[in-house]
Amino acid sequence: MTTVDVSVLDGVGTSPRRPDGTLKVRGEFAFSSDLWHEDMLWGATLRSPYPHAEIRGIDLTAALALPGVYAILTYQDVPGAKRYGLEIADQPVLAMDEVRYQGEPVAIVAADHPETARRAAGHIAVDYLELPPVTDPEEGDLLRRVPVRTGDPHPTADVVVTGEYQVGMQDQAFLGPESGLAVPAEDGGVDLYVATQWLHVDRKQVAACLGLPEEKVRLSLAGVGGAFGAREDLSMQVHASLLALHTRKPVKMVYGREESFYGHVHRHPATLRYEHGATRDGDLVYVRARIVLDGGAYASSSTAVAANAATLGIGPYEVPNVDMVADVYYTNNPPCGAMRGFGAVQACFGYESQMDKLAAALGMSPVELRIRNALTTGSRMPTGQVVEGPAPVASLLARVRSRPAPPPSTPDLRELPGGVSNTTHGEGVVRGVGYAIGIKNVGFSEGFDDYSTARVRLELVGGEPAALVHTAAAEVGQGLVTVQAQIARTELGVERVTVATADTSVGSAGSSSASRQTYVTGGAVRAACQAVRATLLSRVAGATDVVGGKLVNAAGVVVADLAEAIGDEPVEETVEWRHRPTYPIDPKTGQGDAHVQYAFAAHRATVDVDVELGLVKVVEIATAQDVGKAVNPLAVVGQIHGGTAQGLGLALMEEIQIVDGVVRNPSFTDYLIPTILDMPPMSVDVLELADPHSPYGLRGVGEPPTISSTPAIVAAVRAATGKALARVPIRPEHITT
Amino acid sequence: MRLNCTVNGEKRQADDVWPGESLLYVLRERLGLPGSKNACEQGECGSCTVYLDGTPVCSCLVAAGQAEGRAVVTVEGLEFGRVQEAFLAAGAVQCGFCTPGLVVAVHDLLARADKPSDPDIREALAGNLCRCTGYEKILDAVRLAAQ
Repeated sequence: MTTVDVSVLDGVGTSPRRPDGTLKVRGEFAFSSDLWHEDMLWGATLRSPYPHAEIRGIDLTAALALPGVYAILTYQDVPGAKRYGLEIADQPVLAMDEVRYQGEPVAIVAADHPETARRAAGHIAVDYLELPPVTDPEEGDLLRRVPVRTGDPHPTADVVVTGEYQVGMQDQAFLGPESGLAVPAEDGGVDLYVATQWLHVDRKQVAACLGLPEEKVRLSLAGVGGAFGAREDLSMQVHASLLALHTRKPVKMVYGREESFYGHVHRHPATLRYEHGATRDGDLVYVRARIVLDGGAYASSSTAVAANAATLGIGPYEVPNVDMVADVYYTNNPPCGAMRGFGAVQACFGYESQMDKLAAALGMSPVELRIRNALTTGSRMPTGQVVEGPAPVASLLARVRSRPAPPPSTPDLRELPGGVSNTTHGEGVVRGVGYAIGIKNVGFSEGFDDYSTARVRLELVGGEPAALVHTAAAEVGQGLVTVQAQIARTELGVERVTVATADTSVGSAGSSSASRQTYVTGGAVRAACQAVRATLLSRVAGATDVVGGKLVNAAGVVVADLAEAIGDEPVEETVEWRHRPTYPIDPKTGQGDAHVQYAFAAHRATVDVDVELGLVKVVEIATAQDVGKAVNPLAVVGQIHGGTAQGLGLALMEEIQIVDGVVRNPSFTDYLIPTILDMPPMSVDVLELADPHSPYGLRGVGEPPTISSTPAIVAAVRAATGKALARVPIRPEHITT
Repeated sequence: MRLNCTVNGEKRQADDVWPGESLLYVLRERLGLPGSKNACEQGECGSCTVYLDGTPVCSCLVAAGQAEGRAVVTVEGLEFGRVQEAFLAAGAVQCGFCTPGLVVAVHDLLARADKPSDPDIREALAGNLCRCTGYEKILDAVRLAAQ
């Protein structure tokens, strides 16, 4: 039953074309914002202009008088739970007596035109009493403290370096705005077509807020225009459903870009205080760290983000003595939650900055210091968890170091810092090189029941065997639809595979996050295919395996054709599949086997800096990453490129700027993400060192490249400028002053 | 107001257009052509790029009335050819939200330049944001389409 038919066309390890690709290049793929229904209304949301205020009254009179308005709802119209949340139900569906962040939803409108809905929202009179906002997390209420302690509590070392580092608030900035269509159903329920990362966790929360049983809330995945963590929390799901149930009409909601900045959680801003001690020879003796995360107004997934920051917070290094505390606080800043890298990003900027500082203090090369202290198989994490399977930290670093250096820049303005702004022709431009490596957990941790469900049906279509794969796993752009079909082809030996639209008529697949879907939903699809194979084999006497579309016996002799074995009776199996269990960590010491798999990527960044103007041009980024098994090599490289780009954004440009709790740059004019001019050529070195515990030996891919590209770029800018650069994103004035 | 224009070679008419609507809104919500995308609606991301009388424009920045009597070509109106094929072959499509705008922009670039250099490609596509790919495979796609 373990035979893998690797010869099948477009199976595991190949890069077949995306099944949704042709529609996407033709402009015919239906994203959640493209949905249309006869007689549909448009929803709009009134949001708080203040980061903290008491609501003393809401007057809907003028808004309701506008022609074309069908309904305006407030918290009083929420029939079920008034609050929701991924881990703690603390976020109001619509604000009640108090608003706790700027942009918090207060009322929702349905109208016959989006502009009418927006105008009506503007006519709602809310009587606010402004309250002072808490904007410094260390003055806020503690949401979770995660200590991780091991070894000697009072260690001493020959060489000690300390540093305080800051990470700004990054936005996922997916391109497809929050959107969807809610259609009231005859049974009193609702059919919701939405872009999300996890249909079932949405359904659970939506049903609770609507006061409906879950079976009356049916979700289907509409086309998702990127996610990166920002679709893990609810946005418009409950609101559109409420309006649809209230008006008995389909309701579409589509956020504009400004609203999108208010409509989803962001990456936690962080302050990281580190002290590293080492021997004169460069062996790490201890790390003390205090990480402070700004959780914003509501919990979202903050508690898990803090656990990641703490448990991964010293990086992929062996350190005998660790005293780590990661705290996340409530404030009146925008809520923060999941973004690619999830707590590991912030920590990596801290510990990798420290490794460079320590290398300088020791007079060692930064790469040598890292390799000397690198984790390897059998190493013990500060949580006590032993690293199983390949952990090629040292070789990833050696690989990026050995890449040929990029050529010097040419006089083409477009390749110089400042570009066609014509700010330099090369004068004042200094090149720098920096390195970093990161560590990420794959999958949900700390004892979470992290499973996926797959239904696989094998039948004859036009006389040919064909498989239908059905899961609720969200394709968010990463290529999961392709991968599910590849796995089915490999396991069943059939070329014709269709992946059904993800919806809640099949069991949960868990979230498209934590770099987990190819592992967990891939594992579920494989397991369901294996169950289908077992059923097929039981039908034919002597058959022990399926190879090349034939059933064979133990001697390898063909005993039946696949089509014969299927006959008139399609085989359908549904399997719930789990990875090995993880365990909670001790709340005082952080000890415990919290994670199921670790993943690693290393980066080398080369930059040219105009040191007079503080402008940075990244010249090249080399990445090396172990992916265990590249199930789809093209998609793997695509993840590494895209993740690296988001790390570049955090290093050099991306920050939601907040002043007194108010977002100052909620647009793509003012919140900058990398353009094609900002991105350098990226070389990618993919290792495939199989994990003995995962399907096909694969290792989660999506997040590691986002984690270490930021500190590698900052290290390169430090090398070019000699500046300390303790904060990301780097601004020009950090370089010039 | 009533809007008359040619879209993808056909004469089209839209009634009851509110004067504040953009060409993008009319295409997406009144003419059944949602291929042009709505990522920022302020001319920063390029995902709504269409040809207006042969010139690529951000349709979110064109007031619907400005399209009166003019010819619009959207991503749906482009013949499936080397550009779309190259995007698929190179792996330049992930979530695909930027793809329609990029396909139009690359179509325009290759109509103007046979063999654009990498800096030329980057300059031509500087107005099209992509959040998934880091642009590397998009460059591959353009190079492939230009072969």
